[in-house]
Amino acid sequence: MFIFALKRFAVAIPTLFILIVLSFFLMQVAPGSPFTGDFNMPPEILANLEAKYHLNEPLWKQFAYYFSDLLQGDLGPSFKYKDYTVNELVAQSFPVSLTIGSIAFIITVIMGVSLGTLAALKQNTWVDYTVMTLSMVGVVLPSFVIAPMMVLLFAIILPWLPAGGWNDGNWENMVLPVAAMAILYVAAVARIMRSSMIETMNSNFIRTARAKGLPKHHIILKHALKPSLLPVVSYLGPAFVGIITGSVVIETVFGLPGIGQHFVNGALNRDYSLVLGLTIIIGALTILFTAIVDILYGLIDPKIRVGS
Amino acid sequence: MKKPSKALTLAGIPALTLAAAIAATTASAAIVPAGIQLDNTQELTRGNGAEPASLDPQKVEGTPGSRVTRDMFEGLVTQDLEGNTIPGQAESWTISDNNKVFTFKIREDATWSNGDPVTAEDFVFGFQRAVDPATASNYAWFIEIPTIINASNIIGGKAPVDSLGVKALDDKTFQVTLEKPVPYFIKMLAHQTTFPVPKKVVDKFGDEWTRAENIVSNGAYVMEKWVVNERIVLKRNKNYWNDKETVIDQVTFLPIVSQTAELNRYKSGELDFTQEISSKHFSSLQKDIPNEIRITPQLGTYYYEFNTKVKPFDDVRVRKALSYAINRDAITRSITKRGEIPAYTFTPEAVAGFQPPKTDYGQLTQKERNSKAKELLETAGYNKNNPLKLSLLYNTSELHQPIAVAVSYMWKSIGVETTLENQEWKTFLDTKNEGKFEISRSGWIGDYNEASTMLDLKTTTHGNNDGKWSNKRYDEIMAASRTASTDAEREALYIEAEKILASEMPVAPVYQYVTGRLVKPWVGGYTTKNVEDNIYTRDLYITKK
Amino acid sequence: MAVTSMNNMVKEDNQKAVENFSESLSSGELEIEGRSLWADARRRFLNNKAAVASMIILGLVTLLITFGPLLSGYSYDEIDWSYMGESPSIENGHFFGTDYLGRDLFVRTLEGGRISFMVGALGALVAVLIGTVYGATAGFLGGRTDNLMMRILEILQSFPFMFLVILMVTFFGRSILLIFIAIGAVSWLDMARIVRGQTLSLKGKEFIEAAIVCGATSKQIVFRHLIPNLLGIVVVYASLLVPGMILFESFLSFLGLGVQEPMTSWGALVNEGAQTMEVAIWQLAFPTSFLVITLFCFNFIGDGLRDALDPKDR
Repeated sequence: MFIFALKRFAVAIPTLFILIVLSFFLMQVAPGSPFTGDFNMPPEILANLEAKYHLNEPLWKQFAYYFSDLLQGDLGPSFKYKDYTVNELVAQSFPVSLTIGSIAFIITVIMGVSLGTLAALKQNTWVDYTVMTLSMVGVVLPSFVIAPMMVLLFAIILPWLPAGGWNDGNWENMVLPVAAMAILYVAAVARIMRSSMIETMNSNFIRTARAKGLPKHHIILKHALKPSLLPVVSYLGPAFVGIITGSVVIETVFGLPGIGQHFVNGALNRDYSLVLGLTIIIGALTILFTAIVDILYGLIDPKIRVGS
Repeated sequence: MKKPSKALTLAGIPALTLAAAIAATTASAAIVPAGIQLDNTQELTRGNGAEPASLDPQKVEGTPGSRVTRDMFEGLVTQDLEGNTIPGQAESWTISDNNKVFTFKIREDATWSNGDPVTAEDFVFGFQRAVDPATASNYAWFIEIPTIINASNIIGGKAPVDSLGVKALDDKTFQVTLEKPVPYFIKMLAHQTTFPVPKKVVDKFGDEWTRAENIVSNGAYVMEKWVVNERIVLKRNKNYWNDKETVIDQVTFLPIVSQTAELNRYKSGELDFTQEISSKHFSSLQKDIPNEIRITPQLGTYYYEFNTKVKPFDDVRVRKALSYAINRDAITRSITKRGEIPAYTFTPEAVAGFQPPKTDYGQLTQKERNSKAKELLETAGYNKNNPLKLSLLYNTSELHQPIAVAVSYMWKSIGVETTLENQEWKTFLDTKNEGKFEISRSGWIGDYNEASTMLDLKTTTHGNNDGKWSNKRYDEIMAASRTASTDAEREALYIEAEKILASEMPVAPVYQYVTGRLVKPWVGGYTTKNVEDNIYTRDLYITKK
Repeated sequence: MAVTSMNNMVKEDNQKAVENFSESLSSGELEIEGRSLWADARRRFLNNKAAVASMIILGLVTLLITFGPLLSGYSYDEIDWSYMGESPSIENGHFFGTDYLGRDLFVRTLEGGRISFMVGALGALVAVLIGTVYGATAGFLGGRTDNLMMRILEILQSFPFMFLVILMVTFFGRSILLIFIAIGAVSWLDMARIVRGQTLSLKGKEFIEAAIVCGATSKQIVFRHLIPNLLGIVVVYASLLVPGMILFESFLSFLGLGVQEPMTSWGALVNEGAQTMEVAIWQLAFPTSFLVITLFCFNFIGDGLRDALDPKDR
């Protein structure tokens, strides 16, 4: 197991390197430059700008600069936000996405698991149908419909909460975005949980437990829950990265200064260094969490041998 | 990105005969009428459209940045509520007879927010910084345009930075020397590129000097907090020379891009005034809160540009036909809705000192224009069996899309088949610059209040003449306007220029821009008279809610 | 990224089902009996009321979007200057009202449905094709090749997706179909992963070993033996990829990179409607209802297929 983990992380380094190289060159292929605007700058001014950001040098050289800075933990200056470095932008925006994401994640796990279990235990009753229909709504309604609806309902028609903003993490500003984010994931977790719980409840060892006459809540909590959680874990591992790195839709609708906005707007602005920095962070997190899930999974479920 | 950011033309400078010397004696301050009760909390929250790319005066790129820097810094001159130029950090100035040497007397009480006096050296530093290749300012050309000595050479790396034609005669006397006479140079100095910056602070903190914890500014406000993509909070600068007449204590700028999101924030009371009004909500807002809608005519035109290097748009008949068939009234009445004025000339009516002429096609009815359009297409060889097919390029926006759809539908009625081509902003710019379009949505907002800010755009060598239209007589007219000795003579030239544009139709003007905002009733001092849309927070106040 | 994660969710959810299925395959609980398996599955599927009802509704939606526009006197790009942003009315023939530009929403919703269906089907088809081949190859060849191919997946997964989309939109310009073929071409990652897992377990089976002994080439084994046996999973997965694609198109519309006007899609209509929900709810309600009903149907059908193909759930 330890060797497997070690191997996984050793492979992660070249994987990450290739990701960086590919992303770096891919971005240069996209049309447009970070410095174009509605006013066509005189060529001398454009030249000065390009010189300042090394864009006038051959690509391989630009990459060398970037990479040597990267090794020192420096993600470079932002091309769009001239007063900031990418490190600073990430330092400012990541905690926002992380906070919203983590709270949404906890709610997702608690609500998704309990709703899914409930639906499974009351299979084919109105409880099941209600839970499943509601969760389906969460899956099929785009967040750019859900989020503005929430604003309309809870900030304007019923003026209970602010319509947007972060306010240094004031709880009132977090309620709606967390809810909008959680709805998406609760729905999925509930669905996964339901089907895996049904499967577990039909398995032989649960039947045995029942035959022994153990109380129902005991069976569910002590025996059924753990194996049923496995698929949820394998789903939530990679999803966790998605949740904590923010959603551009939710951040735009609620005016949150998170990472999701930077990632999409960075691409639209051709802010090469910002997008590249975020790609590296998200890539590293993805690799880390898939590996962790693999390892966890192996630890929990002895049937799966990850080393082979 | 809905409108072009402020931009000034490069082609040349009209020699205006503006009154030299001190323009006015009114101070830059909130004028609270007698009897108005002020609210105890003087805090204002403004929509700012987008996140500024920079708040360093010399690096500011678009209007979101200039709005904030205008509140934090002050140049030699500034503007009053109606857009007139008034003294700022300079209390007076003298202009040499040849309109080349400008000498400014800086206020004795002009101080930085840290208590240091504002000196002529600070201005020298600001001007030099703007052209210094190491700064790589997007707006370096703003110093180049009035032909300040050596500006071009310094930008091009051919002269040392300190050879710029600016100098400090003493601590409080600053002098600028131009290569060519530019009498309206004073007007340009309300622009952030010419603002002073504190050398000590810039040297000490480098690119980080604009952070709330480092920044030192000389305007009515100083930065308190800056959260990228969320808010910028400015606090009153106690050391501002006219702080005693400033009323608002704190102003917050919110970078909300989506008009719908901005409207929601306004409705929920989180914003005192918005940056825009969504056309889609305009009718219902007009019903619900008509008094909160404030419309200001703007110095700019929305137009469609023909690529005259591509067939058949090199044919004036085709260009004219397409322009005629655009029902501008329908667009302004039913789509944009905010009181935009249908445009039949390139220069908007809001411009100072020039009344754009009535063009012939502007006086016809739409029916007559349509039948003329059909005739023109017919003579150009297009008919039912051989319909004109074209592609119309526009960038992603809540505004451009409905207009493009409507125009293509209008063209359909004269037998033209249009393919709409929507591109995201940067791709759009590339396509346009490389001339890979047939007809493109365009817009231009003048940076100084004079007709040449628009008309110069269509001269052959102008950097933003994307349609590559070229007309010898037109170039001559615009060149002559620069040396015209009287206003009447210049106006006659401009009228001729507009007539050439109407008969050659290199662009189809669609409408004249307006700025539409929702303003809460308690915001005092807001006017709809500044056509350059420079709203200084120091001029505003909050009345009792 | 919300939408990608939304898609992932659909995918992951399904992936779970598929994994269960593959697990049951590998543990030998599923007897592969040629045709009878499929007959059995069909019978079970037809017994699933929700799935059958969904099939019928989906059929009706398909009929409506194909022939519905004929019922209206308007065309999808016609501007009715006298009825801009009007609420639904039978009298003036705008059954679903009009949009901000005075275009008939009934016709536009149905037209949008065509695009959304096509985009969903095409994107999913491409994703399924590539995913199956890639996954099957990786699983079959195993060892170092497999490892390498899986690392490539990891890289692709963390790619700055927006740039890819911008590039595609630039390269393919106006053609939304080409864009979706391209997007399908990069949305096959989960598919590949699932198929690979399945292949790994199939590989140990006797019939593959027999084929190897008989001297079949790798290519023959993948295409002749493995892929046909993976079909069950692929069908299930595809039924859920379609809604994923439709939602993805709506995300592109949100960013303004979607379908070109005057054509439209449900995603574009829903996005536009969401901006004016407090003043013109019908502009949101009609397209959203269509979108939601269709996606519900796809989900139910997917569930039905999964149950039908999973012998444990009898």
